[in-house]
Parts: sequence; structure tokens; C-alpha cells
Amino acid sequence: MSVLVYAELTEGQTKKSTLEAVYYGAQIAQKRGTDCVAVAIGPADEGVLQGLGAYGASKVLHASGEAFAQFQSRTYAKAIADAASQAGADIVVLSHNSSGKALAGRVAIRLDAGLASGVSGMPSGEGALTVRKPVFSGKAFAEVEVLGDKKVLSLNPNSFQPQAGEGSAAVEAFNPDAAPADAEVLKRETLSGDVVPLPEAELVVSGGRGLKGPENWGIVEELAQALGATTACSRPVADTGWRPHHEHVGQTGVAIKPNLYIAIGISGAIQHLAGVNQSKTIVVINKDPEAPFFKAADYGVVGDAFDVVPRLTEAVKRQQQS
Amino acid sequence: MKILVCVSKVPDTTTKIAFTDNNTKFNEAGVQFIANPYDEWYALVRAVELKEQLGGEVCVINVGPAANEQVIRKCLAIGADKAIRVDAEPSDALFVAKQIAAQASGYDMILLGKETIDYNGSVLGGMLAELLDLPYVSLSSKLEMDGTSATITRDIEGGKEVLKVSTPFVASAQKGMAEARIPNMRGIMQARSKPLEVVAAVDAQPGSKVQSYALPEAKGDVKLIDPEQMDELVRLLHEEAKVI
Repeated sequence: MSVLVYAELTEGQTKKSTLEAVYYGAQIAQKRGTDCVAVAIGPADEGVLQGLGAYGASKVLHASGEAFAQFQSRTYAKAIADAASQAGADIVVLSHNSSGKALAGRVAIRLDAGLASGVSGMPSGEGALTVRKPVFSGKAFAEVEVLGDKKVLSLNPNSFQPQAGEGSAAVEAFNPDAAPADAEVLKRETLSGDVVPLPEAELVVSGGRGLKGPENWGIVEELAQALGATTACSRPVADTGWRPHHEHVGQTGVAIKPNLYIAIGISGAIQHLAGVNQSKTIVVINKDPEAPFFKAADYGVVGDAFDVVPRLTEAVKRQQQS
Repeated sequence: MKILVCVSKVPDTTTKIAFTDNNTKFNEAGVQFIANPYDEWYALVRAVELKEQLGGEVCVINVGPAANEQVIRKCLAIGADKAIRVDAEPSDALFVAKQIAAQASGYDMILLGKETIDYNGSVLGGMLAELLDLPYVSLSSKLEMDGTSATITRDIEGGKEVLKVSTPFVASAQKGMAEARIPNMRGIMQARSKPLEVVAAVDAQPGSKVQSYALPEAKGDVKLIDPEQMDELVRLLHEEAKVI
């Protein structure tokens, strides 16, 4: 029984979350002494698909017919389930990103499979499959046993650093019958330029009420720009409309796990910490030495953000030039 | 317009999480339970707004024991017209999806939050849509009706998409969809007499089982850096933490 990975394409390219999922699936396949097969849906150059071989896929099933040109959860989920049957897969891996969240439940129902979503570790166990995932919005972890003969796993972004090796995947055309589309796409907007979306960002600079108003966000943006980081904010900031909702990180916003999270003027309420405490390194800048966030931080700076942050930005620039 | 809203019961967002029975059970002692914020604030309130605007009926469904009725009554107080409680332990998403699907025929729209804040699965909507063979719009932040079609804005990886979808459909809701409502006295009084039907569970197996829980490892002490020494902080991030 092989492992099937849904290799998501974004405008014909594979993104980091795709490579993570393929790498994760290949690691599971290796442990079980079997092959990792990827399924890619939508138009893409053969070279891009062959490249998945470097992350451990032996074969890529490519559904590129007209019905698959555009993401539709019903159509794509059926194609993934059909690919699992064709590849003889008993484990299906997807990324737990926006599209994975739309697909994973559908694929599990189609395959009559058990499902663990948002997993963050390699599965343990020989016959039974048990895997770790964050629960209670990052306040705890659970070891979840996935039941059933077939199993679907969706992998939290930024859980594994995909390692590129040697190898090229064989690409095979795949033409399953297409299930009907969900909806008509009227408009699609992607965030401008090279901004990395929050769930995938490795570096995040975040601001809270301590910044006093939206007009003061310049210092946050300049630091983010110097680092190549994505900007975020706390809930009160999004609620008062200082910053857009999609920047809200925390228990009821986006949960993130970047390598570096810099919190500026955020006190660190339990709901905020829940969404960010899986960050590898946390830096807290706050003028209140009693702010609860310092207890969850690796590095702390007690000082006025309006002095400290521009100084930090300059220091980052100096370090990059040296 | 008939709308079904799926509501889960979860620990309040300020809950300090702890476990019992050798870390195999969530410790409910002293925990305040609430309706899952995404279900209540966004899915339910938008459903009630649509009903106020276009007429129709909002039904809330919950899978859980009788103790969940307090949470269900709050949803009725916010403006749902009636409720269904499937009398069973909600063992996992697959089990819950099959219970809800068994009660979900005849609605124009099925709404739920984008995830629950306890198990953070984010998969129930997709399961329901597949079980009922309906379109599914995940992570919706805006929903407007025009006759039998809805225009929905939803998050995609790194951006947004505006979709047109025909009823019936399933959609998961998040921030932007509506503003949380606090029930008023009249709503609370009326909620007491609104119909709450208790139905037996259908036969279904769960697809997953939690074996054990763990709390994150405590962080070591914070290293405080002098605000004048930002070069030192950058050096530590580069050489010690190795994150930049």
C-alpha cells in the first residue's frame, strides 16, 4: 500500500507547503517500506512535477484536463480520492492550509477513511497509526490514533523543513471523471508581491494596542520589511479596524508557528499566546515589565516601542550589510 | 430561507487547559463552557441576520449530552428559532458529521464556524458537504444572498476569492462574516420556550481517537536585552536562536 500526497499547484508552481507535504508523505512511505505517489491537479510544466522527485515522490499523477483548471473542492477531492485508489494508497497526505481544509474532510468521506487534521509530527506505531497534533488552539497537544483501513492526514504548515535530495519523479497523465464544481469564481485576489501569507511565514512582526493607533504602524512595517517578515496584529487591533482581519493572530484568528515572532506592544493575553506559542523563538518588546507575554518569550526588551523598534530595524540592516 | 447552523460546545477561551486520568482526559473541573466562537459569532449571527432580512427559519444543531442545552439555549436567545440536539458523545469529527448529515435535509444553507477552538479540526464542513453531495465554501468572511444564489468571499492561500454558489450549500464562517451579538432580555426569555428537539444518534463509527494529551514544554526564563543594545539582540537571533 503506497502513500498518496496531494501536491498543490499555485499558478502552475509548487509552494513550500506542497514540498512539506510531499516530503512528509515520502518519510512515512520510507518508514513503511513503500512508495510515495503525488497527485497534482491543474496546469503545470512537466519539469515542476518531476521536481517533486527531489522531495521523495516516485511518481506524479497529473490531472490537467479542463475540468481541473481551477480549484473546486468537490472536483479536486474526487480526483484525489480516485488517485488514492489508482495508486493503491492507504494513507493520503494533504497540507492543512486553506485548500487542504476544504478538501481533507471530503477526501476522508470519499475513501471512508479515518482522519487527523492539522498534524505536526511523524506518525508512530506499526499497524495502528498515531500522530501528534496541537489542540485547544495550541495550548496543548494530543496523540491521535487514526482509525480505519484508510487514513487521511493533513499537515500543519511549517511543521517540517523539507529536504531536497536527488531524483526526478515520473509524470503520468491522470484523467478521472470530474465531479461537478462547487461554485463559479467571480474574482480572485492574491496579496501583492512577495508577501508570505501568515500561516506559512517564517518571520512575523506583530503589533498590539501599545502602538496607540494605525498611524503608528510604520515602525512595524519597516522592521518587517528589513527582515523580510510578514506583519500581524492582536485581536483588539483587528477589532478596532486599525489593521485588516486577516492579520489577526491568536486563538480566534490565525494560529501560526514561525521561526521568529516579534510582538510589539502586545501584553500577551492567554488567547493571543494560544495562537503564537508554537513559534520557535519569541521576542517581546513592551514597556510594561509585568506584561504576561514576557513569561512566554525567549528574548525580551522592556522599553518604549517607538524608541526600540526603529533601533532594532537599524540593527537588522547593519547585520545584513556585514 | 431555511438555515441550519452547526454549533459545538467548547471551553471558554480563557480556560487554562489541564488533563486527568494519566493525561488521557480533558479536565472539565471548574471549566466554563461556551458555544464555539466561530459557530456563534459568525455562522449563527449571519444566519439570524439573513433571516431578519429575507424571512425564513434558523435551526441550530448540536451533538452532545443534555448538559449542552445551556449552550443551545444561548443560541436560541441570540435569535435561532429552534434547535436539535443529537443525544450522543461527540467522539470525533467523522462521527459528528454523520450525525448532523442525518438531520440536515431540506435546508437552503448549512453554516458552521471555520473550526472549533478545542480540537481545531476544520474538517466538519467538508465532511458534511461530501456526505450530502453539496457545494462547500470554506473560510467565508462575507455572504450575501440574491434569490437562490449567494455571493461569498472566502480566504484562499495568500488571498481572497469571490464566489457565486447556488443553494443548497455548506459554508464555514470566520471573522468578517458578522459581528458578535449579546442576547437581550427578551431573547433570553423567548429562548426558554423555543422548541429544542432531542433526537437519538444514528449508527456511526469515529475515524480517530485521542490516546493521550500533553502540555507544551515550559519556556526557559526570558533573556532581557537592554533597549540600547539592539545589535546584541540581532546577534543573539542570528547566532544563538539561528532564526535570522
